[in-house]
Amino acid sequence: MSYRMGIDVGGTNTDAVVLDVDDRVVAKSKRPTSEDISSGIKEAVDAVLVESRIDPSLIINAMLGTTHSTNGIVERKGLSKIGIIRLCAPSGLGVPPYLDWPSDIIPHIGKNYVMVKGGYEYNGKPIAEPDKDEIKEACHALQNKNIEALAVSCAFSPVNNDQELLVKEIASDVFGTDFPVSLSSEIGSIGILERENATILNAAILRIAASAYGSFQNVLREHGIKANLFITQNDGSLMSVDYACMYPVFTIASGPTNSLRGAAFLSGLSDAIVVDVGGTTTDVGILRSGFPRESTTAVEIGGVRTNFRMPDLIAIGLGGGSIVRYEQDVLTVGPDSVGYKITKEARIFGGSTLTATDIAVASGMAELGNPSSVADVDRSTVKKAVKIITEMVEEVIDRMKTTSEDMPVITVGGGSILLPGRLRGASKVIKPENFEVANAIGAAISQISGSIDGVYDVATKGRNNVITEVKEAAINEAIRAGAEAKTVEIVDLEEIPLAYLPSNAVRFRVKAVGQLKK
Amino acid sequence: MRYLDEQTIDFLAIGAAVLGSGGGGDPYLGKLMAKEAIIEKGKVRLIDVEKVPDDELVIPSAMMGAPAVMLEKLPNGGEPEAAFRAVESFFRKKAYATMSIEAGGINSCIPVYTAARLGLPLVDVDGMGRAFPEIPMVTFSLGGLQASPMVCCDEKGNKVVLETIDNPWVETLSRAVTVAMGLSSIIGLYVMDGKTLKEFGVRGTISLAIEIGERIVSANKRKESPVDSILEVTKGYRLFEGKVIDVQRDLTTGFVRGQTIFEGIESYKGSSFRLDFQNENLVAWLDNEPCAMVPDLVTVLDRETGSPITTEHLRYGQRVVVIGMPCAPIWRTEKGLAQVGPRYFKYDIDYEPIEDLMRRRSP
Repeated sequence: MSYRMGIDVGGTNTDAVVLDVDDRVVAKSKRPTSEDISSGIKEAVDAVLVESRIDPSLIINAMLGTTHSTNGIVERKGLSKIGIIRLCAPSGLGVPPYLDWPSDIIPHIGKNYVMVKGGYEYNGKPIAEPDKDEIKEACHALQNKNIEALAVSCAFSPVNNDQELLVKEIASDVFGTDFPVSLSSEIGSIGILERENATILNAAILRIAASAYGSFQNVLREHGIKANLFITQNDGSLMSVDYACMYPVFTIASGPTNSLRGAAFLSGLSDAIVVDVGGTTTDVGILRSGFPRESTTAVEIGGVRTNFRMPDLIAIGLGGGSIVRYEQDVLTVGPDSVGYKITKEARIFGGSTLTATDIAVASGMAELGNPSSVADVDRSTVKKAVKIITEMVEEVIDRMKTTSEDMPVITVGGGSILLPGRLRGASKVIKPENFEVANAIGAAISQISGSIDGVYDVATKGRNNVITEVKEAAINEAIRAGAEAKTVEIVDLEEIPLAYLPSNAVRFRVKAVGQLKK
Repeated sequence: MRYLDEQTIDFLAIGAAVLGSGGGGDPYLGKLMAKEAIIEKGKVRLIDVEKVPDDELVIPSAMMGAPAVMLEKLPNGGEPEAAFRAVESFFRKKAYATMSIEAGGINSCIPVYTAARLGLPLVDVDGMGRAFPEIPMVTFSLGGLQASPMVCCDEKGNKVVLETIDNPWVETLSRAVTVAMGLSSIIGLYVMDGKTLKEFGVRGTISLAIEIGERIVSANKRKESPVDSILEVTKGYRLFEGKVIDVQRDLTTGFVRGQTIFEGIESYKGSSFRLDFQNENLVAWLDNEPCAMVPDLVTVLDRETGSPITTEHLRYGQRVVVIGMPCAPIWRTEKGLAQVGPRYFKYDIDYEPIEDLMRRRSP
């Protein structure tokens, strides 16, 4: 018998689950997320191991879902001071880095960049030959600014990454081999500004990521868990810890992805609206064929424009800890929340703050804590608050929908006890078993992926033949990485035309994912 | 007269993409360049066509190249100035103002950048009222104005001044030059006097683009769909609502030719819809019948935000509204249609104005 463990570090709670080979939930736990991440993980793991009573060494895979490192971007906390070397001159000087960045992030990461000779034309010819001395000088100049990590971008590096690799080599001479360097060709695709932005963000959160994932490893090892460790990405697939330490930016929005994937798994539905109610916020997304629908607009992370693919989500300030109060005779719910302090501050847990969870208990929708402590809340307040909560969620459901037809709605997350069994716009409301740990289950069932990235001649082979070929190659990669063959499917296919010449060369980036073999 | 500040440039860029009819290049880059120049040099004066004296020199400025290349190889910054000095020395006359030759897409913003850098006013006019794939496709051609002399400048500092016998040669030679320059160059062309500008320019397109952009932004702030508001100001029509199910691109001709296939949703459920494009959208087919065609404008908008989506950003699964808008009246003349009508783009159909096509559809 072997097991898998899934852990989700949310803004309020850290959840852990243990699944058996048949994906049955053997044990689950929920503990407050701690400031340092690791003690929250430790408590959740402790609890889930006690409940499961299994030998920890039987856990062969452990998956962590956390957006901790990217919260740093949004909250402007713990970010490293960055230097950028952009290989582009004489092009690009008219549009330097950071032109479009929100000004409040600059004090945290600095505004240190050097644009040097280099970059490629569309056909792979260098715009200018890179000059090693100039690059070395740029490294020294950035070193004098006391940068803590280096980001490297280069015109057309998705077509040829040689120049970026050259900078990395020179940087390791100047800064030392352990100095963190992020290359744009490994982070994003065509569109130098967006790719460069994502690379800067990646470099800025390397330190936060290393400490979060490091403590995750330590916690598991301390518990005698010898499992393979994975971190979940925002497309529902996994990264090794080593890889995640280099590319933490790929974890952005992995939390909502996990909850959507978990909801699909728990409900058995592949097309539905998912309402994930946490302690402070509610995320609403849409499942299409079991995966989150992607956003179509340019994605901004903490106000910084990138060209990532991200799940299409609407978040509102409603959660189990949302504070319920009268403001000038008008009843309001949230957006502020008692967060993880709910177990101390909510009325039903002996506190003095009226929260959304207290309302759920007072209305009889949930049985939790000490119901007598909310007996004095007057009926009309309870009724009004329930109505406000219901309408908030109904409005978001309507905004997410693409047709006027009713759709199934899956409600998950610890705070989903706030929601009634019927919602306007929902053909049915499903509250699956283990709904409160859907995130951790989503992490545990994350898939293993295989990617293909290459330039193909579509003129001679034909576009359809090339597409078939790259899809097959990606599927084989996923199987080689450990996926169960019959579960593998293509999740991403990107076509980047490179040459506007008769050769008709196209870069294809294809990603296939499948379930880990058990 | 008004002044263009940083915020106006945001509106202009959004509205220009709507007028871009699917092409014209993503205005994002031009927007950044224009904003940087305004921050550094100050606001740009937008003047009415009537304010330009008949005998003064106006030099339109633009960027030429492949959109995907412009996303990667960014300008040096010195090109517009170099271009203007070259043209001025050719005519031995100082420029009075600059203008946009193509208000749809990135070339709405490049002249703002030039204007700010050189301290010149920008005229509220353009030569297309939209975007088109070829240089001769400007209203000034209908008045016999030549694109030549034309100047192309690259980021390396190379300058080429072309003097050609006619407009097709300008197209051929400037393309060859731009390819050699790495598929992106800053150009100056269709240099004209105030008299020609007044006679053939499509007036007010810069302020129209700003108005469209402002409506989209303010509707988004109110969490409303801006589509009806855009249709009102452009006198346009809703052609289709649906989901992108395939985008086919063929690059062999040097243009991005292709088609986008959509699947209907809501009241368009069950209908098929196809958009043919050559850089810009050419003909829209609803259930295999044309419902809008070049030179009228066809633009794809994000269904929720109303943000315009250019052909290079179309992707499977996007939920969109497709709108059609009437072109500038001068394009509907016999001469205009010969230059930019459906037959020019190798379609065996006669041009029908979008108003007529829509009237026939609605009983």
